[in-house]
Amino acid sequence: MRAFSYEKVTDPAQAAARAAEVEGAKFLAGGTNLLDLMKLEIERPAHVIDVNGLGLDEITETEEGGLRIGALVTNTALSADARIRRNYAVLTRAIAAGASGQLRNKATTGGNLLQRTRCPYFYDTAQPCNKRAPGSGCAALSEGAFSRQLGVIGTSDACIATHPSDMAVGMRVLDAVVETVTPEGMTRSIPLEEFHLLPGDTPERENALMPGELITAVTLPAPVGGEQKYHKVRDRASYAFALVSVALIRQPDGTERVALGGVAPKPWRSAAADAELSNGAAAVMAELLGGARPTEENAFKITLAERTLAAMLAEE
Amino acid sequence: MSPPIEFELRRRTLLAGSAAIAMSAASGQRSAAQTVTPTGTPVGPESTAVTLTVNGEERELTVDNRTTLLDALREQLKLTGTKKGCDHGQCGACTCTVNGQRINSCLSLAVMHDGDEVKTIEGIGTPEQMDPMQAAFVENDGFQCGYCTPGQITSAKSVIEEIRAGIPSHVTGNLTAEIALTDAEIRERMSGNICRCGAYANILAAITQVAEGDEA
Amino acid sequence: MKFDKAAGENTLFDNAEFVGRPTHRIDGPLKVTGTAPYAYERHDVVEGQLYGYPLGSAISHGLIVSMDAEAARNAPGVRAVVTTLEIDPLEKGMNNVARLFGGAEVQHYHQAIAVVVADSFEQARAAASLIEVEYEKGDPADYDLGAAFERLQGSGEMDTDTGDVEAAFSSAAALLDEMYHTPSQSHMAMEPHASIVDWSDGDQMTVWTSNQMINWNHGSLATTFGLDEDKIRVESPYIGGGFGGKLWLRADAVLAALGSRAAGAPVKLALPRPFIMNNTTHRSETVQRIRLAAGEDGKLTGIWHEAASHALPDGRGEDATAQTPFFYASDSIRAKHHIVTMSLPESADMRAPGEAAGLMALEVAMDEMAEKLGMDPVEFRKVNDTQVNPSNPEQEFSDRNFVECLDRGAEAFRWTDRNTAPGATRDGQWLVGHGVAGAYRGALVLPSGSRALLEGGKLVIETDMTDIGTGSYTILAQTAAETMGLTLDDVEMRMGNSAYPVSSGSGGQFGAASSSAGVYAACMALRERIAEQLGVEEAEFRDGRVIAGDTDRALSELEGQIDAVDSIEWGDFQSEYQMATFGAHFVEVGVHAGTGETRVRRMLAVCDSGRILNPITARSQVIGGMTMAVGAALSEDMALDSGRGMFANHDLAGYEVAVHADIPEQEVIFIDTLDPVASPLKAKGVGELGVCGVAAAVANAVYNATGVRVREYPVTLDKLIGGLPAIG
Repeated sequence: MRAFSYEKVTDPAQAAARAAEVEGAKFLAGGTNLLDLMKLEIERPAHVIDVNGLGLDEITETEEGGLRIGALVTNTALSADARIRRNYAVLTRAIAAGASGQLRNKATTGGNLLQRTRCPYFYDTAQPCNKRAPGSGCAALSEGAFSRQLGVIGTSDACIATHPSDMAVGMRVLDAVVETVTPEGMTRSIPLEEFHLLPGDTPERENALMPGELITAVTLPAPVGGEQKYHKVRDRASYAFALVSVALIRQPDGTERVALGGVAPKPWRSAAADAELSNGAAAVMAELLGGARPTEENAFKITLAERTLAAMLAEE
Repeated sequence: MSPPIEFELRRRTLLAGSAAIAMSAASGQRSAAQTVTPTGTPVGPESTAVTLTVNGEERELTVDNRTTLLDALREQLKLTGTKKGCDHGQCGACTCTVNGQRINSCLSLAVMHDGDEVKTIEGIGTPEQMDPMQAAFVENDGFQCGYCTPGQITSAKSVIEEIRAGIPSHVTGNLTAEIALTDAEIRERMSGNICRCGAYANILAAITQVAEGDEA
Repeated sequence: MKFDKAAGENTLFDNAEFVGRPTHRIDGPLKVTGTAPYAYERHDVVEGQLYGYPLGSAISHGLIVSMDAEAARNAPGVRAVVTTLEIDPLEKGMNNVARLFGGAEVQHYHQAIAVVVADSFEQARAAASLIEVEYEKGDPADYDLGAAFERLQGSGEMDTDTGDVEAAFSSAAALLDEMYHTPSQSHMAMEPHASIVDWSDGDQMTVWTSNQMINWNHGSLATTFGLDEDKIRVESPYIGGGFGGKLWLRADAVLAALGSRAAGAPVKLALPRPFIMNNTTHRSETVQRIRLAAGEDGKLTGIWHEAASHALPDGRGEDATAQTPFFYASDSIRAKHHIVTMSLPESADMRAPGEAAGLMALEVAMDEMAEKLGMDPVEFRKVNDTQVNPSNPEQEFSDRNFVECLDRGAEAFRWTDRNTAPGATRDGQWLVGHGVAGAYRGALVLPSGSRALLEGGKLVIETDMTDIGTGSYTILAQTAAETMGLTLDDVEMRMGNSAYPVSSGSGGQFGAASSSAGVYAACMALRERIAEQLGVEEAEFRDGRVIAGDTDRALSELEGQIDAVDSIEWGDFQSEYQMATFGAHFVEVGVHAGTGETRVRRMLAVCDSGRILNPITARSQVIGGMTMAVGAALSEDMALDSGRGMFANHDLAGYEVAVHADIPEQEVIFIDTLDPVASPLKAKGVGELGVCGVAAAVANAVYNATGVRVREYPVTLDKLIGGLPAIG
């Protein structure tokens, strides 16, 4: 970990302005991913701006009947909020499926969206990685590499990393919107759908935030009701990243929504796939994962995603 | 008697001969870490004075900004009961509570905790005066090597509190009903504390014993 | 004390007050309060400790052309940097296959190539990343163990070749011929390898470390650094898990020593978790071909087991055939372990080396053969039990109760209630299955010494024996109290220090039987000293008193210090017998019919290990083995990057060991047996038996649940989903 200077901020706009102004600055919230990466020198900020004093730790109701979740609301607090549990159960389920009790106590809503991939080559600084060191190559795509956990769709020749968040998959299926403040003090609303970027030739660019821009909240639209489920599939029973996860909302009128985790650089969902739900899991996955480019090691994820959804649809 | 080895003995003439000739920019791998070149330099002090209340006692210390809460406890305050197993949030050995909530102290900077209340295993009980959870771990043999144990005990106490506070888990059935203190709930919530010796079944017995004792 | 004939009736242990009784760990209160000091935590032992941080090789094999450590040396707080190019290759210590430090040659990924010493951990870590290294990569290497096996099978002299295997296979009623694969596995003890070394003056070296074998470590340090052994002291009173990963001297102690010498101050160093997998040792991957031949009566007529594993040159690999010559009766047995040289990190011993990987395959093969024969797999194993060593029928087992393990287990598990048709039992979306496997692990013993010192009625036992979580502190205190007629409170254990008499150490399941006999030997010697001092013969020691004829004295009243040192030496008569431990494992699993996720629902182990010295700690050993084996069965897999010659998932997030949620109710039954050949206490080890066979029981249960036979571990869902039923 490189030496850094440290400051605490109390105002979101001031935080964003500072981040834009100081070269090599980085926001620090829960730290559960950033510090992990700083120890390995994957992240090397020269200046750390501690945003925990910004007071963005409340969940409030919006005029539209939805909820506005402060960026610093912890995963635990969010999953346990009575309104979330009652009206956005898929989000509670998704969060509870991730990490561990200790990590959820510390991890924040904003930070969770910004967590970086768990690709083993991204984590090993002796290896090439286009996301970590642009232009150095993708170790995961080389002959003999280990790619079982990695992405099957939305990936590129430069990077096949997945976004590891469960929370984000739950939010995606709920049509969440990310709110930010820019260094100029302006606020922006970015639909979660547009928040994470696909790698293309620039896998180091992972989201739509501009330099210095700070996430202040995530808003959820008014409750959509329905039956809400999240099935996370992994080798061990807990404390592991998803091989595949499926977020599902089924309405009494037959309309449904589905989003996938563990398969792509972002929570994976499409309107066309949602429209196929009445035709069964295979039809959904044909839409959702059509054009997938798995490796030999992770091709099973396509079957797995379909079977997971089918099992969820078959559940009483 | 052999003399102690001498390190200054020879700084090798850098590989003369075939190896060096065979070496070219293409065949050689130059390895500093493959990371983005850092930009910027620190714009202020690289260390900070903080005050922590640790196990009820106010402690003032100056920490390198990089120092984790875990290392501040273990290296500066010499409270070594909190363990470093992985230093990356993957094992739970470093679990302690901050302001009443359990966290991985390896993934938190000491400088972030100015004014916070930290409780470590040393504040839970002593060999002479063990906390009921500690005594239950001894009674149920809820450990072997003992290295993950302080983290397990800290988590165990928090798990009971978290269930009673109605915080749902991955295995909670009805999200809007009261959460029962079942084996499945305890196992799931304890899963952030790895025990490679494999004492899980005994740890469960210890936690259940304490939880039932509380209710009795 | 020479153990030169089988133990007869022993009034001490056959009517014991402490030995064999459930006894809570005497070190328990220290461990649960965080006050037991582990290696990296010894702030108290020496002033002025600096921090060391290692740098590992970024290539698997080749040469280091240059290292530029200038920036590291000039970094804030740095006291010293030692690079591998600056010193000659260090001598290798006992059983070190790869060099631990020195010279330009790289033998494996993350091999230590530099150490940085600084005032703080943060400074040392930051400076280490500033070192620039230029490598010349070695030629591309082959990491395909399966292909190597294809080339090697049938070649070389067989390790075991009894009877006429060819004939057996040409005339059998039933034949099995299958390939099995077990992946490389990492010990992943919770405490990383760590040491504090004070070699400030280049003369005396003191090492506070985390090591299972004090004497081996001590000797290896002397070899590695060219020091006289009497210049070195090693302490390791608490060890945060070993599992074989801390049997040998490793880079933590070597780097700390080099750093200490270079900085002129004591240095502490722990291997960072991402180093553990590629820098330290691991259990090798195995490829195994098992051929079984049986008659219609279910009796095996031929067993042919060949296996391959990887190792560095002169390494030992993982001999998956270890149990095959001994476990099941067969007219003919052929076994061979092929060691394949590969530029991978060093493979070496991990909990039950050989049997753990071998039984993962053999016990699946037995399940498959039972099915071919239409026999119950429990019955099939019983039919093939033996009381003599099948590959040397002259030799009897010292004590073997495998059939009783199977019977007791089948009854307790309600085995006969299971559905025998694969894939036919459902519980909602879960397919439910049951599996059984046998367990075999040799019962090695090693010489073991200790000192017994009595003063004022208090007994101190000193031995370099270690407690890696096994319960040594407690069982040795029990043994001492029993032998001296004292209480546990009267006994103080001092362990894990090279200043004390050399013991067996902890490994190979030999620790408990060996070191308890060593403590018994020293206490018996002490009894003689006391009797001499009192001028009595045939003295009895009980209730804190020594009683002989008219003499009846409290030990607390004896004058001064009385001490005795002795060691247990093992007589040749033991070699007339095959000594081993046995077990049967029963497992119930659920496999999600949609996703193929496997979750273990119920586990039972029945163990035959001679006298169980402490049922509490022994049970913990067994459930610990069962838990490790659930990981081995379902998730543990060191992911080989065959382009880079390294294991890619090198941390505790990537390498999935079992967590709480993976482990169900576990039951352990100890068969009440005594093995008079094994030790004076008639005891054998149990810690490795618990891991043997369990993974196969899981795999067999998965087959019973799904009808999908997986012969490649871990049994992950990607290997199952193709064979699962349609959903809906």
